[in-house]
Amino acid sequence: MAFLELKGVGKGFGARGARTEVLRNLHLEIERGEFVAIVGYSGAGKTTLLSLMAGLLKPDAGEILLGGRPVSGPGRDRGVVFQNYSLLPWMTVSENVRLAVDQAFPSWPAERRREHTDAHIALVNLAAARRQRPRELSGGMRQRVSVARALAMDPEVLLLDEPLSALDALTRATLQDEIARIWERDRKTVVLITNDVDEGILLADRIVPLSAGPGASLGPSIEVDIARPRDRKAINHDPRFKEIRRRVIEYLLASGGRARAAGPRVAPAAATVEAQA
Amino acid sequence: MIGISCVLLAWSVSGRTWSKSLPSPSKTWEVSKPYVVEPFEKRGEMDQGVLRFAWYSLVLVAKGYALALLIGTPLGFLLGLSASFNRSVDPIIQVLRPVSPLAWLPLGLVLFQNSKPAALFTIAICAMWPTVLNTAVGVRAVPQDYLNVARVLNLSARNRLFKILIPATLPYMFTGFRLSLGIAWLVIVAVEMLTGTPGIGGFLWQEYNSLIYEHIILCILTIGLIGFALDMLMGLVERRFQAA
Repeated sequence: MAFLELKGVGKGFGARGARTEVLRNLHLEIERGEFVAIVGYSGAGKTTLLSLMAGLLKPDAGEILLGGRPVSGPGRDRGVVFQNYSLLPWMTVSENVRLAVDQAFPSWPAERRREHTDAHIALVNLAAARRQRPRELSGGMRQRVSVARALAMDPEVLLLDEPLSALDALTRATLQDEIARIWERDRKTVVLITNDVDEGILLADRIVPLSAGPGASLGPSIEVDIARPRDRKAINHDPRFKEIRRRVIEYLLASGGRARAAGPRVAPAAATVEAQA
Repeated sequence: MIGISCVLLAWSVSGRTWSKSLPSPSKTWEVSKPYVVEPFEKRGEMDQGVLRFAWYSLVLVAKGYALALLIGTPLGFLLGLSASFNRSVDPIIQVLRPVSPLAWLPLGLVLFQNSKPAALFTIAICAMWPTVLNTAVGVRAVPQDYLNVARVLNLSARNRLFKILIPATLPYMFTGFRLSLGIAWLVIVAVEMLTGTPGIGGFLWQEYNSLIYEHIILCILTIGLIGFALDMLMGLVERRFQAA
C-alpha cells in the first residue's frame, strides 16, 4: 500500500453558481522515501493541491490517505515549506526553528531541544546567521530557514510548495543542490511542487505533470531513471534527461491547449524550456 | 519660534482690544511664576505647584488608562477573532463610543456613589475604544501566512496567541494605546472639573471661580505640554515595538 495516497480528490472555490473547479479527480500514490515532483502551469492549482495534502484545505471530493489514515487537518507528520517562506519576522532564525521544535517535541529537555534546533540550522548552513531576523536575510537564506523549520519537526513527509520560485537563478541552483544533499541524507518522502521541469528532473525520482486548469488533473507519472548524485552540468547532455523533459512538456502543452487558446498566458518555465529545445 | 511669536502677539492684541478680561502674556507669567518656579510646592489643598497638581492628574489617568487597556485589549482580540461576537457587539460599541465623558461621569457617580471610582470609570470607558478597535483591526489583519504557519506547526492555542497573534497585532495595539492615552488625558480635565478632585483640571476650574484668569492659561499650557510629552513617549514606545 502506498504511503501517501490521493483518491479521486477534487476541490473548487467560490459560491454555488460562480464556482470554479480547480482540481478534478486526482489520483496519486507515493511510496515511503520517494521524491515526487508535481510540475504544472502557474495558476493550475498546484498550491491548492499542496494545501490539501498539508491539511490546510479539505477536499470537496475523494480523500487523501497518509499511512492508510485519512488526512483531516495539519499534522506534525507533514512538514511544509511555503513559497513565500512564511517566517515570523519578530523572531530570530533560531527562534523560528525553535518554535517548531518546542511544539513537536514537548517532552524533550530544553537542552536537547536547543541542540536539535542548532543542528538543523547548521544543516542548512545558517549557523552564522542564527541570531539574525528574517528581514536581515536574503531570499535564499530565508528559504533555508523555512526548510530547517520544516525538517526540525522530523516529519514523515516534506511538502515543498514552489520553494525556490521566488529566487534568482544562481541561488535557486545552490538551493536545489542543498535540497538534493539533505534528501540523500535522510531520504524522507518529499512532494515538490514546481513550475520548473528541469528542477523536477534534477531532484525527483518521479515527475507527475498537473494539467492546466480549471479542473486540472494529474497526468501519467514519468520515472526519472538518472543515477544520483545528479550533476547539473552533465545532466543537460544526458539523452534520458532530454527525453523526460520532452514528455513532460508535451503533456503539459497538450493539456494546456484549452487554456492557451483562451489567452496568451504561458507558464514561464515551459516557455523557457521550449525556447531552449 | 515664528509660530510662538504670532500666538503671543495675537494673545496680547486680543487682551487689549475685544477681550478686556484676558490677562496679557507678561501678566500671566508674573502671576503664575510661583507655581512654575516651585512646581512641587504645597501651600494648601487647592494651592499647589502646577506639576504637583499635574502629578495627581497623571496618577488618576494612569489608573483609568490601565483599566481601559486591561478591558480594551482582550475585548479587541475577541472582536477580531470571532465574527459572530463582532456582529453582536460592534453596534453596541458604535453607540457607546461617541458618548462624551461629561455624560458618563454622572452615571459613574450613580454606580459607585463616590467620585474617585466614578472618575476611573469615566476615563476607562472613554479611553478604551481606540484600543478596542485598533486591536480588532490588527487581529483581522494578521497575514494568512502566519496563521498557516501556526496550523502546519500544530501550535497550541496558547502558543498561537502568544507567538503569532499578539506579536503580529502589536503595532496596531500600540497605535490604539497611543490614541487611548490621548483621550484619557482629555477626559481627566473634564472629570476633575466636575468632581472637584485636586489635580490640574480641578485647579483650573477653581481658579476660574476665583477670577484668577492667569492661572487658567497656565493650566491650559501645562495640560497641553504634558499631553504632548505623553504622546511623544508613546510614539517612542510604539516605534520601538514596530522595529522589534
